[in-house]
Amino acid sequence: MSASRFRLPLSGYAICMAGICWREGLRFLNQRGRFLSALVRPLVWLFIFAAGFRSVLGVSIIPPYETYVLYEVYVTPGLVAMIQLFNGLQSSLSMVYDREVGAMRILLVSPYPRWFLLVSKLTAGICVSLLQVYAFLLVAWFWEVELPPVGYLTVLPALLLTGMMLGAMGLVMSSVFRQMENFASVMNFVIFPMFFASSALYPLWRVQESSLVLWWICTLNPFTYAVELIRFALYGQFEPFAALVVGSCAILFLAGSILAYDPSAGIMARRGGPDAGKQ
Amino acid sequence: MPQAAASLSPALAIEGVSHSFGARKALDAVSFSVAAGSFTALLGPNGAGKTTLFSLVTRLYENRSGTIHVLGHDVRVEPAAALAKLGVVFQARTLDLELSVMQNLVYHATLHGMGFASARRRALEVLAQASLAERARDKVRNLSGGQMRRVEIARALMHRPRLLLLDEPTVGLDIASRAALVEQVRRLVAEEGIGVLWATHIIEEIAPGDRVIVLHRGRVRAQGDYEDLLRRTATEDISAAFLSLVDDGAGEAA
Repeated sequence: MSASRFRLPLSGYAICMAGICWREGLRFLNQRGRFLSALVRPLVWLFIFAAGFRSVLGVSIIPPYETYVLYEVYVTPGLVAMIQLFNGLQSSLSMVYDREVGAMRILLVSPYPRWFLLVSKLTAGICVSLLQVYAFLLVAWFWEVELPPVGYLTVLPALLLTGMMLGAMGLVMSSVFRQMENFASVMNFVIFPMFFASSALYPLWRVQESSLVLWWICTLNPFTYAVELIRFALYGQFEPFAALVVGSCAILFLAGSILAYDPSAGIMARRGGPDAGKQ
Repeated sequence: MPQAAASLSPALAIEGVSHSFGARKALDAVSFSVAAGSFTALLGPNGAGKTTLFSLVTRLYENRSGTIHVLGHDVRVEPAAALAKLGVVFQARTLDLELSVMQNLVYHATLHGMGFASARRRALEVLAQASLAERARDKVRNLSGGQMRRVEIARALMHRPRLLLLDEPTVGLDIASRAALVEQVRRLVAEEGIGVLWATHIIEEIAPGDRVIVLHRGRVRAQGDYEDLLRRTATEDISAAFLSLVDDGAGEAA
């Protein structure tokens, strides 16, 4: 029928992604409460929890640390990862909310391919999480959690990768959970277990001493590797195994979310298609 | 070239489309077309399958039977080409309440690959058409229901579509806003030659000269010109014609 195949200009892809990031930024600035709570949450952990446990929990010298470190310093990478975990799930919360008010539909009638729209949405979420992380690191610096200056730079690629993994995980969840109430419980059932059963608050060798089962759970938890990737990167070091796990999980979750939003194959089709009744 | 192809093809051509939700058949072998530059009303009671049809045309779900062409582009084969020429106003409100009118429009334009500067210029144009230019900087939250709808139509026109779909756009509006909305869309058809598919269950919105498609329980009960429909049903007004067409078990429609 159409002799000349329709092609979307490459510049349009860049504009489309910029537009999605721009909107996410505007929404973020409009929700000052969200920024504040994103900042206060890890700071409460740092100021109160970590300070309180400073004397109880000793951390021996383990890589990447070269000296004994304060407990505050030990938990900082975990708190950075927690910011991204919350942000990833929160931007998927906004997807669920978007879908309810229909803004998701506006996104999906864009002529650009769905995978690209989802990757753009993810990128927008990562940009927002970077703002939060650096704001946190700045406050932490005044709290004497001083990292080597180069660490603030080398952590950036690590944050992009962990942000991608945690954001894509949120995307998959947003496509599976339909209602807000469900999502509230996802926060409890996903965020807390992931955070506690990881190396965020205590080194894994300590966990191994007290419970082998818990150690296994922590070892299988991808969040542990996000924390470790960030921890090493903050000291200008690269942890290849953590990077591999985080990268693989990111790809896996991303593929899952693209499938979930595919009109012919995924969850959308199952919900709105001939198989809807079979769920 | 595309322009020539577009003038030959109808704005929207639907052929033999069926769709089920589980065991329930929402659409059953639906076929009709919307000519370029025409106002076509898709008339049907609630639950007739209008929204399902819109979801298929906009590719929220994929049609598994039949074909849907937008300006000659099959939505399954060339979704990008079809969606680029399509403007939609969904039944549910889809504006971002916390953002300004201008921000909402610019965001939509970028989703179609339109740069920020040209998007701002185009936004002022479409807002002027909708007599809303002075509200550009206002937050959407502060607009009335009728104004929000007009902004949604303006937004759907940002990327200069050749086919505009509106799913029950006047629901919940007062009579004056409804009239303003209908007038805005009819002007688009007359002045810009856009093909419009206007889904509604409000019979008063249909005028002599319109094409009318009556959808009931997922089936096309009748289609033709306004006058044609009156003749065929031997009735005097479109309301009676509609009732005679959906008579069987209209009460069951859910």
